[in-house]
Amino acid sequence: MTLLAPAVKRAKPLFEGTEWTFDLLQRLYEEIEIVAREDLGLDVYPNQLEIISSEQMLDAYASLGMPILYRHWSFGKRFARDQKMYQKGLTGLAYEIVINSNPCISYNMEDNSAALHTLVMAHAAFGHNHFFKNNYLFREWTDAESILDFLDYARRFIAACEERYGLLEVETVLDAAHALMDHGVFRYHRRPEPTRREVEERRRRIAEEQERSYNDLWRTVPRDPSRPEPTLAEIEAKERRDALHLPEENLLYFLELHSPILRDWQRELLSIVRQLAQYFYPQRQTKVMNEGCATFVHHHIVNALYDKGLLSEGAMLEILHSHSNVVFQPAFDDPRYSGLNPYTLGFNMMCDIQRIVTEPKEEDREWFPDLAGTGDWRAALKHAWANYRDESFIQQYLSPKLIRDMRLFVLSDDSEESFYQVANIHDERGYRHVRRSLALGYDPGTADPDIQVVDANLKGDRVLRVQHTVRDGIPLDEKDRDLALDHLQTLWGYGVSLVAVDRDSGAVLGENVAGSDG
Amino acid sequence: MRHFIDRRLNPKDKNLGNRQRFIRRAKEQIRQKINDSIQNRKIADVDSGETISIPTRSIHEPHFRHSRQGGFREGVLGGNKEFSSGDRIRKPPAGGGEGRGKEGSDSGEGDDSFEFALTRDEFLDLFFEDLELPDLVKKDLQEMLATKPQRAGFTTAGTPTRLAIRRTMRNALGRRLVLHRPADAELEEVEAEIARIEADDDEDYPGLEALYARREALQSRRRLVAFIDPLDIRYRNYQPRPQPNSKAVMFCLMDVSGSMGEREKDLAKRFFILLHLFLRRRYDRIDLVFIRHTHQASVVDEDTFFYSRETGGTVVSSAIEEMLKEIEKNYSPREWNIYAAQASDGENFAGDSEYCARLMQEEVMPQLQYYAYVEILDEREIELFANPQVGAALWRAYRGVTTSHENFAMKRVARAADIYPVFRELFAKKEG
Repeated sequence: MTLLAPAVKRAKPLFEGTEWTFDLLQRLYEEIEIVAREDLGLDVYPNQLEIISSEQMLDAYASLGMPILYRHWSFGKRFARDQKMYQKGLTGLAYEIVINSNPCISYNMEDNSAALHTLVMAHAAFGHNHFFKNNYLFREWTDAESILDFLDYARRFIAACEERYGLLEVETVLDAAHALMDHGVFRYHRRPEPTRREVEERRRRIAEEQERSYNDLWRTVPRDPSRPEPTLAEIEAKERRDALHLPEENLLYFLELHSPILRDWQRELLSIVRQLAQYFYPQRQTKVMNEGCATFVHHHIVNALYDKGLLSEGAMLEILHSHSNVVFQPAFDDPRYSGLNPYTLGFNMMCDIQRIVTEPKEEDREWFPDLAGTGDWRAALKHAWANYRDESFIQQYLSPKLIRDMRLFVLSDDSEESFYQVANIHDERGYRHVRRSLALGYDPGTADPDIQVVDANLKGDRVLRVQHTVRDGIPLDEKDRDLALDHLQTLWGYGVSLVAVDRDSGAVLGENVAGSDG
Repeated sequence: MRHFIDRRLNPKDKNLGNRQRFIRRAKEQIRQKINDSIQNRKIADVDSGETISIPTRSIHEPHFRHSRQGGFREGVLGGNKEFSSGDRIRKPPAGGGEGRGKEGSDSGEGDDSFEFALTRDEFLDLFFEDLELPDLVKKDLQEMLATKPQRAGFTTAGTPTRLAIRRTMRNALGRRLVLHRPADAELEEVEAEIARIEADDDEDYPGLEALYARREALQSRRRLVAFIDPLDIRYRNYQPRPQPNSKAVMFCLMDVSGSMGEREKDLAKRFFILLHLFLRRRYDRIDLVFIRHTHQASVVDEDTFFYSRETGGTVVSSAIEEMLKEIEKNYSPREWNIYAAQASDGENFAGDSEYCARLMQEEVMPQLQYYAYVEILDEREIELFANPQVGAALWRAYRGVTTSHENFAMKRVARAADIYPVFRELFAKKEG
């Protein structure tokens, strides 16, 4: 009779019980790092881990998770609300907050047990950190090197403005800028502004070309009578719009550049808020992927540590308990349901990709011919983490099996009807619809109203013309619209007109104005 | 590389600036709430924090966002159990069916309120703002009780001035006994013996060597075991204790006849609160006695005092007599500091005012620390009665008391801001 002996000799657990010390954290960190780098091959910014108390965590909540931020009453409001909720025991605090910066700062709560610290370090310091460093959105849009310096500068600058121009003046501008924050981001890459010389060069070439190809015959060609010659006013309007680079979807940027009334420091405030919005924009677009990546990474790492014998069974049970809390997904008819849990969806999709790559079924080969059975799930996941955002990621990778497992279905709501309709469910006919619909829901470009500056005649009535392109007949919230419009008017100084235009028919659905007598 | 930073000792109130801005922002509404809450609070409870809830109007952060109703929209949900595609689910009647259904959503949002806790300081700040107190006074009222160092045993560390000599010496003695430090007498005895032998010049005296050795031993023992060792030293320990103030009683007298309306009572309440805050600063224990009167007076509890109505005439002296009875029964002036505050609209039964003045002069004032009287008038009347010489019978009668007693203050009040001057002298005198 033979006894089954473990293949690898199991090491002694790094800790028992819940107490932690800085020495222990250091040792845990080193072990986690070995798995993260050698097994998963993660590529991370240097880590800086800070231990904070619950009060400091509340502070960090209020300042959007950033270590420093300028002062504004809305952060005080957020703090008061979170504090109240926390004290009443309605919400727990996050185990960690991680900041997209280089070095990557993560805050861990002092109340965490040693087991939780292990989970949190793997999750934030390696999972999120890898995602921040490698995902294309973060690489293109945020500057991890300089964000802390920028925040520090912003805080000083705004404090100096408050000193010089008064709290109220600064608050007015910040309030207005915050109201437009969602519309203060560039959604697509802009070509760099051409230099003066390039412009000259182009003009010269166009003139040459015209001269070379001039042919008097063209004048004799009869005009299309259905297209009347543009009037002088129309030509002027077009030139004017071209000069202002209209239409412009980044309202804050437009105001910063062209508002007739703002002073330099006020423009700088807009710029600060705009840059902050831009910094957070990638995070809004990658909630599912970011959390999915971090959750997958911590799950893999703690299992690897456990297999090595570095975690005791008690610690592992505690970790698994927290893990399953994090990825808990109540069904839609459960009172606790508040939408799909991004942790769950992300984690499930990551695991699903691993499955498709290593153990594909016939169905997967059909749906993911390039992915199924390729064998290297690490490379597949890293490719996905680097090159997608939520919308494209779901569109690309959500598999029929996962749709079935999560029992996803599409519910449509037409305000003309007295019922909701189940448009599609997790069956052969519904997969693509479910996938498309879910993907669209994660695109901020679709979730936020489409609002753009379309015209502003600085030499004439100076009315700022803004257009809301209405999709699927979904209007703006009226109360908020009027208030936000007032804020827009504050920054513009003259009249502002918001026109709602239906995207498909082009019909004007309504107009709202603010400060037209301005 | 060092990975870990302990931030727990960093300053915590990072959000103070934000909070101040937030409170300033919502000030009007918070103040409204505070005014309401003053009416609901007991006088003695004013001086504490408060959870308040304000409408979100002024602290709403608008942005362009899609309405929750209208148009066509799709959503993906999880956990399907029985639906198959094409199933229809009836909308709940409140929200939908009728086009936009915006009325429902609007009224729903209007009810939102934002709840948070004000600290004691923030609460008092806003409370004082109405009363227009000078800064110095505000600060004084907000401060906790003064503390006084009080003896609390002994410590091993301290300044020389606090050296506890007897305790130190006792410790030293005990230690010397235990460690067998040779006493002075013992050494002197040996030395005397040696001196005697040496004086005899008897160098061959048999015990001399032994005596030298013994002296040497004694001396080295004494060097080893010091007379006073740092171990013995004790210092008197002091700990800050709240000032052991004596107790005070505060009488609140108010006319509750029909002519005192809501506004008058509210002003009166603020007047009482302020006096209570003043006293609170100086006394550990304050008893509150509420005496209301029409043509007859009675001792009542606070709620009855402020919120129940009585009909009848107005005989002020009845309240003063009631107070005297109460003083005699429960609050001997030898044990208690007695303060009284009276609020009235100035009316009194004909002929009673002179009796009041006499009662005050002869019986009340000698026993009291301070008596404050406010006459609550209409905003319009205050102009008519700008001259303190002019007034109704009670006012004129009390004028006489002012001249003979410094600790009697009277004032006409039409706004909350008029209340504080009543206390000005009281405050100034005690500080001086």
